[in-house]
Amino acid sequence: MSMPDSPSHRAVVSDGPVQSPHPLFRLTLPALVVLFVIPALHLLTPADSAWHLSDFFLTLTGKILCYAVVAVAMDLIWGFGGILSLGHGLFFALGGYSFGMYLMRQIGRDGSYHAELPDFMVFLDWKELPWFWQGSDHFLWAVLMAILVPAVVATVFGFFAFRSRIRGVYFSIITQALVYASMLLFFRNETGFGGNNGFTDFKRVLGYSITSPATRSVLFILSGLLLIGALYLAFWLTRSRFGRVLAAVRDAESRVMFIGYRPQDYKLTAWVISAALCGLAGALYVPQVGIINPGEMSPANSIEIAIWVAVGGRGTLLGPVLGAFLVNLGKTYFTSHFPEYWLFILGALFVAVTLYLPEGLMGLPARLRALRGLPA
Amino acid sequence: MSASTVPRNGHPSSMHPAPGASGSQQDAAGDALGSRLRGSGVDTSHNVILYLEEICVSFDGFKALNKLSLSIDVGELRCIIGPNGAGKTTMMDVITGKTRPDSGTAFFGQTFDLTRMSEPQIAATGIGRKFQKPTVFEQHSVFENLELAMRGPRSPLATLFSRRDRATGDRIATTLERVRLSEQADRLAGLLSHGQKQWLEIAMLLVQEQRLLLLDEPVAGMTDDETERTAELFLSLAGEHSLVVVEHDMAFIAALGGKVTVLHEGSVLAEGALLDVQSDERVIEVYLGR
Repeated sequence: MSMPDSPSHRAVVSDGPVQSPHPLFRLTLPALVVLFVIPALHLLTPADSAWHLSDFFLTLTGKILCYAVVAVAMDLIWGFGGILSLGHGLFFALGGYSFGMYLMRQIGRDGSYHAELPDFMVFLDWKELPWFWQGSDHFLWAVLMAILVPAVVATVFGFFAFRSRIRGVYFSIITQALVYASMLLFFRNETGFGGNNGFTDFKRVLGYSITSPATRSVLFILSGLLLIGALYLAFWLTRSRFGRVLAAVRDAESRVMFIGYRPQDYKLTAWVISAALCGLAGALYVPQVGIINPGEMSPANSIEIAIWVAVGGRGTLLGPVLGAFLVNLGKTYFTSHFPEYWLFILGALFVAVTLYLPEGLMGLPARLRALRGLPA
Repeated sequence: MSASTVPRNGHPSSMHPAPGASGSQQDAAGDALGSRLRGSGVDTSHNVILYLEEICVSFDGFKALNKLSLSIDVGELRCIIGPNGAGKTTMMDVITGKTRPDSGTAFFGQTFDLTRMSEPQIAATGIGRKFQKPTVFEQHSVFENLELAMRGPRSPLATLFSRRDRATGDRIATTLERVRLSEQADRLAGLLSHGQKQWLEIAMLLVQEQRLLLLDEPVAGMTDDETERTAELFLSLAGEHSLVVVEHDMAFIAALGGKVTVLHEGSVLAEGALLDVQSDERVIEVYLGR
């Protein structure tokens, strides 16, 4: 990890010199403590204790931790690379499906049909596993696929899109079309991923019951560790010379070309890393929520990812984590109390942030100081 | 010659370029190609660094360049003038790979066919460009701007694992001194004045160690004092580098004293010393005497 060591180092995105170390370092230890205290309270306290944290709480927080990883991945390309993807749900879902295949195989003969094949294949009258299900019995293969499949799809798509110099809103629209087309593809039973029901009714992972408190706790801790790992990776990427070139591509792409860099290589690298991170997040998400279906690829889901990042603050790494938590907690509250209004609230939030808080919540302190006429 | 002796009222007819300035520069060029310049493989055996021949570019029927032919000698300082729409910027676009000509040839040295290379390839081969509107990385510090421009590996993998070394820092410090931006090293480039941004962009060309520098309106928005210092800087660069300067500021062009090429409607109208060009009937008609 290359740490700022000379006064000439600067945050890639900031409106002034950054002298103190990034808050990421101060927050790591407290975050790790919380990460272990929450499952401990779930496992070790009786269900009627005031200290007990419920299944619901643990699963909800674990799920949001996975979303936060996606938000960091999105920040990497949008905040630092200036590439707005409205199709990141695809990479998340591909990771989820890859790991879901393993979870489906772990059901074994305990499905409704007590057959060797997953239920939906029996239902379709398939006699053997399709070729692309080979290897799905193995945990490590599934983890590897959860990274590689999104990365390969991102490489192929990104290679052509960046080579053709597709930028800005055109790029966003194409990613939106990509995720939508993929959703339609996965809705089809013939595609071989359970059609519109997707994968569900998981029983176990690595032989352990998937709904046991201990398994849930481990998945929760892994999600938290993945988030911290993603933040450190993104920090290192954006503070390296690579990150400075990437931000330069965002701010003045032609200038970058005329000093001899190939912008498409930088965009593609960041894009693929971002997709792989989403895939890992999806792989941890599916066993916690117990289902993956094509709905994860709905265009609205992908747009929501961009909203988390915008609300938290682009190019700040920690902002998107904050945004993912706040928006999803809000979503949980509003969809259970005023379900019909949630989309309006989300839309209003996006408009408000865009108009009044272009730097997101992370830019709020500076804005308040400016309002009171204090130096930044 | 000293730039400060040149009248600065900007009226072309009052210009007096120093006698012999352009000739002496060209003569010195071959020897002056310093050892600091890398062996980039540019074959300049005929003492010519850039050839443009019969270049045609049209946009929707408008002929931006019409059989433009031009050649620049090694170490030369060439000024290009011409009214708006004469094709000056389009010419730079063709040289740097941004625009592909409809026909004609463009060679860098004897061997590099510019019409077949991408922008980054051309930049890596030794042609640097300063845009008309100063383009620097506003969210990066002045130091980082130069660090990114500095000659060195350009692949994502190399930049991921590259570390700062002392030599880089020293080189950047020297260059900053040369363009008088040492005090600004840690400021964000976006906070610089217009003139300072122009200088930063020129400094970015310097650390790239390019053989040929294309400078589009380098003194636009500069104070008289800054303009003078820019002229001094360019004169010190000529010989070591070849420079092509597009400008409207006649006082500045006179101060540079090199050969002047007048573009009009996409082709060369006249070429020679500034005084000769200024007395050319056709030039007066289309440009100076309007």
